[in-house]
Amino acid sequence: MDTLMDISSAVFLLIGSFLCVSGGVGLLRFPDFYTRMHAVGVTETLATVMILIGLMLQNPEGLVLLKLIIILIMTLFISPTASHALASAAVHNNLLPVLDKKEATEKEASSNP
Amino acid sequence: MIMGLYNYWVVVVLMMIGFYIVIAHGNLIKKIVGLSIFQTSVFIFYISMAKVDGGTAPILAEGITQYSNPLPHVLILTAIVVGIATTALGLALAVRIKEAYGTIEEDEIQEKDNLDC
Amino acid sequence: MVATAIAIVKMKDLFAIIMLLGIYSLLSACFFVAMDAVDVAFTEAAVGAGISTLLMLVAITMTGRVENPSRHKPALALFVVVVTGSLLIYGTLDMPYFGLAQDPVHLHVAPRYINDSMQEIGVPNIVTSVLASYRAFDTFGEVVVIFTAGMGVLALLSVVRHPKDVAIDNSKIDAFNKCMHEEHLILRIVAKVLIPFILLFALYVQFHGDYGPGGGFQAGVIFAAAIILYTMLFGMNTARRVINQSATQLFAAVGVLLYGSVGVISLLEGKNFLDYSALSADPIAGQHLGILLIELGVGITVTAVMVIIFFNFAGRRNDQQNKENNDL
Repeated sequence: MDTLMDISSAVFLLIGSFLCVSGGVGLLRFPDFYTRMHAVGVTETLATVMILIGLMLQNPEGLVLLKLIIILIMTLFISPTASHALASAAVHNNLLPVLDKKEATEKEASSNP
Repeated sequence: MIMGLYNYWVVVVLMMIGFYIVIAHGNLIKKIVGLSIFQTSVFIFYISMAKVDGGTAPILAEGITQYSNPLPHVLILTAIVVGIATTALGLALAVRIKEAYGTIEEDEIQEKDNLDC
Repeated sequence: MVATAIAIVKMKDLFAIIMLLGIYSLLSACFFVAMDAVDVAFTEAAVGAGISTLLMLVAITMTGRVENPSRHKPALALFVVVVTGSLLIYGTLDMPYFGLAQDPVHLHVAPRYINDSMQEIGVPNIVTSVLASYRAFDTFGEVVVIFTAGMGVLALLSVVRHPKDVAIDNSKIDAFNKCMHEEHLILRIVAKVLIPFILLFALYVQFHGDYGPGGGFQAGVIFAAAIILYTMLFGMNTARRVINQSATQLFAAVGVLLYGSVGVISLLEGKNFLDYSALSADPIAGQHLGILLIELGVGITVTAVMVIIFFNFAGRRNDQQNKENNDL
């Protein structure tokens, strides 16, 4: 039973780390602000949840478990709200998303006579 | 020897970067940022001196024999809070300078002062 | 962290520099956790990555976002920096190695505190016991420094508001709030759900400082962060109605007064200044009571001063904006 908990906690922690790294790769490779935020927002929240569940499985008793559950609920509240705040601030400042690569090259071609 | 001393070298590098920002850049806000980097590097210096190999956080608990040294922690707690007090005052002064002179670049402020004299 | 610091040197956009400073503070907080300094990490994360970044952002809205490129060559500055750096590294060659238990810094004073703290004071967190009891006088000086900083910002940046301006504001505020509510609906609702929990967490940190990381400073900063969150989302005018400015200034003074009174009471009982065993019949209960009272004083003062500083920065900005609108 103990080894099962250890292995499953290790699996959760590894999945969480992989999601963090892939969010970072998405941040660097995506072309536009909104797509980057989408990549980071989704993967970061899920990665935090996975890591917290992995930590919970390490020591599933007592006050520590309760504190980790509270942190989990708070993160689920706060992280998507932060992404929403960023996106609405960008819209408020007239940062338009790049809809299509073809459309972007067409715009450049038409604006360079 | 490198493994034993490299934490001090990293601290010296960070300190010099902060020092360089303070003396080489003209913008007042950037100087305050450089000062903040300098302060944090000093904190890292003290805290890295407090660590004992194999020790844990200095909170008394059952079954732990080796603790990290708590005295530098106390010093740095005070230092962090005093640091932010001085940063807040520095920023307030920068805002007032901007209102009085119209700019926060050091060169332009000196020129305006020389013109007035 | 070195990479972040070098990036700060190279960049010209102050907004990005402040964000990098926030990342730098958070990384150093993680470093402090790795060095077993949990109290310090807590304070650095709350203060450096939270309040400091916020204050700098508010200052930038008033002073301008981009730095002018420097007109003189940085060669002399680089030379000075390299010489100083090499002298310092030469100095570190004599220092004791990292982490050994026989370093002189661990040998003389620290074991006395680690061994005797439980019998003399009865508080598991050694950092709190040293900060609040053995070295309480230094902490008193620290609280007075924070109070002075708050008064300094008040002297530099406060804006005098005439009573007739306040009367007009009240009727405009409600109309403004109604149309703003639609725009920021999600943020306002989530904030209203979260702010009570933030305040509860601040209270927990304040009173749990004896048994785990925490204490007056961290709790004060988290309290102030909750109030600042409310102010940012609902506007300065609404926040001014909710948080009375003169009451906040009074609270800042009350915290320092509480701290000083505990010391003076010990004097009146015939013992040294800030000697807590004078507060109660049993010396250990006296220590507990003394630590509780002064941490409370510290928390109250830190909260009030942080709120005063933020309100003055943001109020100055509001005033500048109103003047620009009226001139246009």
